Amino acid sequence: MTMQAVLSPFMKFFEYLYESTVEKIEGAGDFALHFFDIFYWTFKRPFRLKLFIDQLYFIGNKSLFIVALTSIFSGMVITYQTYIGMKVMGAYTLVGPIVVLTIAKELAPVFSAIIVAGRCGAAMAAQIGTMKVTEQIDALEVMGISSRQYLGVPRVWATMIALPLLNLVFLFVANIGSWLVGVKVLGIEEAKYYSKLQAFVVPNVLWEGIIKAAVFGFLVGMIGTYHGFKVQGGAEGVGKGTNAAVVWGMIIILIIDYFLTNLLVPILYEVGV
Amino acid sequence: MESAISCQNITKKFGDHTVLKNLSIEIPKGKITTILGYSGAGKSTLMKHFLGLQKPTKGKLFVLDKNVSELSDDELRNFRKQFGMLFQYAALFDSLSTYDNIAFPLKEFTKLPEAQIKEKVINLMSSVGLDEQSLDRLPAELSGGMRKRVGLARALALEPDILLYDEPTTGLDPITTKMVNDLIITTGRTENTKGLTSVIISHDIQATLKISDYIAFLERGEIIEFSPTKEFKNTKHKTIRMFLDLTTH
Repeated sequence: MTMQAVLSPFMKFFEYLYESTVEKIEGAGDFALHFFDIFYWTFKRPFRLKLFIDQLYFIGNKSLFIVALTSIFSGMVITYQTYIGMKVMGAYTLVGPIVVLTIAKELAPVFSAIIVAGRCGAAMAAQIGTMKVTEQIDALEVMGISSRQYLGVPRVWATMIALPLLNLVFLFVANIGSWLVGVKVLGIEEAKYYSKLQAFVVPNVLWEGIIKAAVFGFLVGMIGTYHGFKVQGGAEGVGKGTNAAVVWGMIIILIIDYFLTNLLVPILYEVGV
Repeated sequence: MESAISCQNITKKFGDHTVLKNLSIEIPKGKITTILGYSGAGKSTLMKHFLGLQKPTKGKLFVLDKNVSELSDDELRNFRKQFGMLFQYAALFDSLSTYDNIAFPLKEFTKLPEAQIKEKVINLMSSVGLDEQSLDRLPAELSGGMRKRVGLARALALEPDILLYDEPTTGLDPITTKMVNDLIITTGRTENTKGLTSVIISHDIQATLKISDYIAFLERGEIIEFSPTKEFKNTKHKTIRMFLDLTTH
């Protein structure tokens, strides 16, 4: 066996590693350009308020039912599981605050963002991607209209505004579910349930969820529109773009959630680790 | 003869790949000029240069006496309003009705009241042979030929100085092809659009010979022939002769 034959698999591996790294760096550069483009076009006239409101309606209003449905059952199941755990320790009256804190700080922003990434991030990538492969984006550019401003800006900011509102809906409905299971099904005394809530839940808990949801909304909008504009080829390209928008949207939400929590907790509650 | 577009020794490179090589052409104002060529010859790249969507690596490009390479991004956006473009598959906005598609540039760039926009849209529709029944239809409900008509009406809405056609008859049946060709001739030559410069990118030789005043042949990034249609038909250039013979028989 020659030296070249021995080295060949290693060379192929390093070649793959190099190409894949270059591709990722290029992707990050493209995304950064998209990010700056969206900011640049946000402050340039004409401001497209109608398109923004249309998107707000699509992302906010049209996601209400699915968010409400998901949240009520999430609240119910978490209450049930927490009750079982806490009952062993004899601290079942703490179920209310534990569930509310979990939902307000983590589940409401993260679940709402994942729902919006799946429903609206995918739709953004598919709509913009289809417009790209059918030359509708070229038609906009030829008319002297920035496609980033016309299609990207309203979607990104509408997602950023809609998600904190959906987060509050999630929180409210999930708490109804939690109260139903905790008080009406599992028999926690109502007075204790509320007194513990008052003792442990502070207003900044709400702000933590709202800030997280706004950041996630911005990212879902950015990722959805970015993968739409990046689409190449035909229907297959649109499919890949849509898939990438959902997958990356969800991954980024979960990664950013950790860092955002580390950043927000010391600021909002004045506590360190 | 006054030229609408003047390419002076344009070279365009993408990395090591040269798409346009030292290309020069003067496209006359108010005439129908077709740029012919095989696939991959650089026709679309050249058209993107006309629109300022791409800039030449070397050389100068003047469109309506403006040096396109020197325009800023904002100036380029304004500059593009002088163009109308009919895309290969019309590129209509699929969420908008026929009316909204044609009215789109008017709503974006003029302050005309709605009543005047409607009047203008109906005039444009009739100029491309569409009746008012199509007004509320979505692009998905229109035939290929009707979409082309709507696309052309939209391209004409802002009364452009230059009208670009990207492969206008590719993939169409013979009857629709004839309709589109007639439409190009009518649009290019009618009284109310006199002075309009039409530039067509195509590889449909039969249609080109019928509708063009001038024909250019692009091969591997170079213009190897540019002449009035009558002269072009009798060219002795070997590659063009082969292209003509292959596509006319």
